[in-house]
Amino acid sequence: MEVRLEKKGIIEFKDDKVFTWPTLVAKEFLAAIFVTVGLLFYSYFVDAPLRELSNPGQAENPAKAPWYFLGLQEALVYFDPWYAGVVLPSIIILGLILIPYLDNNPKGNGYYTFRERKFAVTTFVFGYIFWYVLIYIGTALRGPFWAFFWPWEKWTHDFPTPPPLHDLPLPLGIVLMGGFYFAGLTLPALVKRDFFMKLGVIRYSLTMGLLLTMIGTVIKMVFRLAFNVKYIIATPWINI
Amino acid sequence: MKLIPDLIKKITDNEIWKSVFRHGYTDTPRNRALQIISNIWLHLHPAKVREHGTKIRFTWCMGGMTFFIFLFETITGILLMFYYVPDVNRAYADIVDLMYVVPFGRFLRNSHRWGAHAMVITVSVHMFRVFLTGSYKPPRQFNWVVGVILLVLTFLLSFTGYLLPWDQLGYWAITVGTNMARATPFLGHEGPFSYILGMKPDNDVRFALLGGTSIDAPALLRAYVWHCIAIPVIASALMMVHFWRVRKDGGISGPL
Repeated sequence: MEVRLEKKGIIEFKDDKVFTWPTLVAKEFLAAIFVTVGLLFYSYFVDAPLRELSNPGQAENPAKAPWYFLGLQEALVYFDPWYAGVVLPSIIILGLILIPYLDNNPKGNGYYTFRERKFAVTTFVFGYIFWYVLIYIGTALRGPFWAFFWPWEKWTHDFPTPPPLHDLPLPLGIVLMGGFYFAGLTLPALVKRDFFMKLGVIRYSLTMGLLLTMIGTVIKMVFRLAFNVKYIIATPWINI
Repeated sequence: MKLIPDLIKKITDNEIWKSVFRHGYTDTPRNRALQIISNIWLHLHPAKVREHGTKIRFTWCMGGMTFFIFLFETITGILLMFYYVPDVNRAYADIVDLMYVVPFGRFLRNSHRWGAHAMVITVSVHMFRVFLTGSYKPPRQFNWVVGVILLVLTFLLSFTGYLLPWDQLGYWAITVGTNMARATPFLGHEGPFSYILGMKPDNDVRFALLGGTSIDAPALLRAYVWHCIAIPVIASALMMVHFWRVRKDGGISGPL
């Protein structure tokens, strides 16, 4: 096996085998010691949070899920709970599981490279950062009644009433959403024929479907922030 | 002075010592290999690894740290179980006792709590690194799948632990979390198309999670059992698969 490091160009160098003991095991023990010391040190100085006895009659305001779920809770601002809390996380998990079966690019197996897998790395890094940006907003910038506060603003209950929201007309919503997925699925296939041919119909549709859903989630958020749109598609049965 | 070498020889050169330690510690290639392959814990590793797999710059050591924190959480968790009873009338008082009465209780609880947060961070950084090195590519596709499930289980482990102190923080966090289940399409009573299956507050998926229509004693017990027994057992089984396949598929971040 050769390991290629990109910054040095494509230089292949020999990857010799070394004894696990002590080369690897020593580092593992050191890492374990650092983690233990770090955790104990932090635990000595910082107490784990503990609030009053739970009281079903008195809701916390804001009531927040654990920080790693706050990205989803933040998505609740823009979407109904069935999407933000159930379907979106399911799509994320399913999408993550599908990654190895969708990415059939044989290059970049076992070494760092951006040049050989630009699409895969860009998409993943974008999603990863987006997830943490949402978590940051949900954790640090959301105060009482989930109102938005900049880091330098004090959390108060006295914030301006948000502007009223409106739904897009149903036909327009269906055209926009249908057009988005239709264009998103067909255009890249026509423009980047090579990309389409390499993936094949099934891989291509799944990849682009997932990518468009991720981008669409962002677009819906922009629609809401810029144009006060509550739902793109509003029906008596389901709203998006 | 031949006292110390003589003493060492006396201690090590006999049947009892040799029945425990099968090889010497003289620095020979043979002993270095034996150190790994004759040890139940270390033989998860091969006797020799590719050099790049030992570079922290390359591997970030995040998967190993996640596993180590899992062990750390298991030990501190077992100790916490001696002091904590998942009963709505006692749970909060037990945590207060841990914080103010039990010797080192505060330290124990703090490290368990911060360890849980650390584990969520290390496991997601691990996934990030594995993606960047393309380590999910053939033949390792399925191990990535196992990893994704382990990531979800890590979230669930942390989430179920959140309710246990039975304080306002945990109670309302779990309220927010499980209210989402109410909106599950088809399966939650407020979700789209739930009328097709006749979902009501007392028979939907949220009811199944909480063991009731509100967060009460059954929910606390369920969180406790999932947190302390069920999820750790499932996660351990999947970790065995995960590590085994890392080894079988070519070792740390290297294709066959």
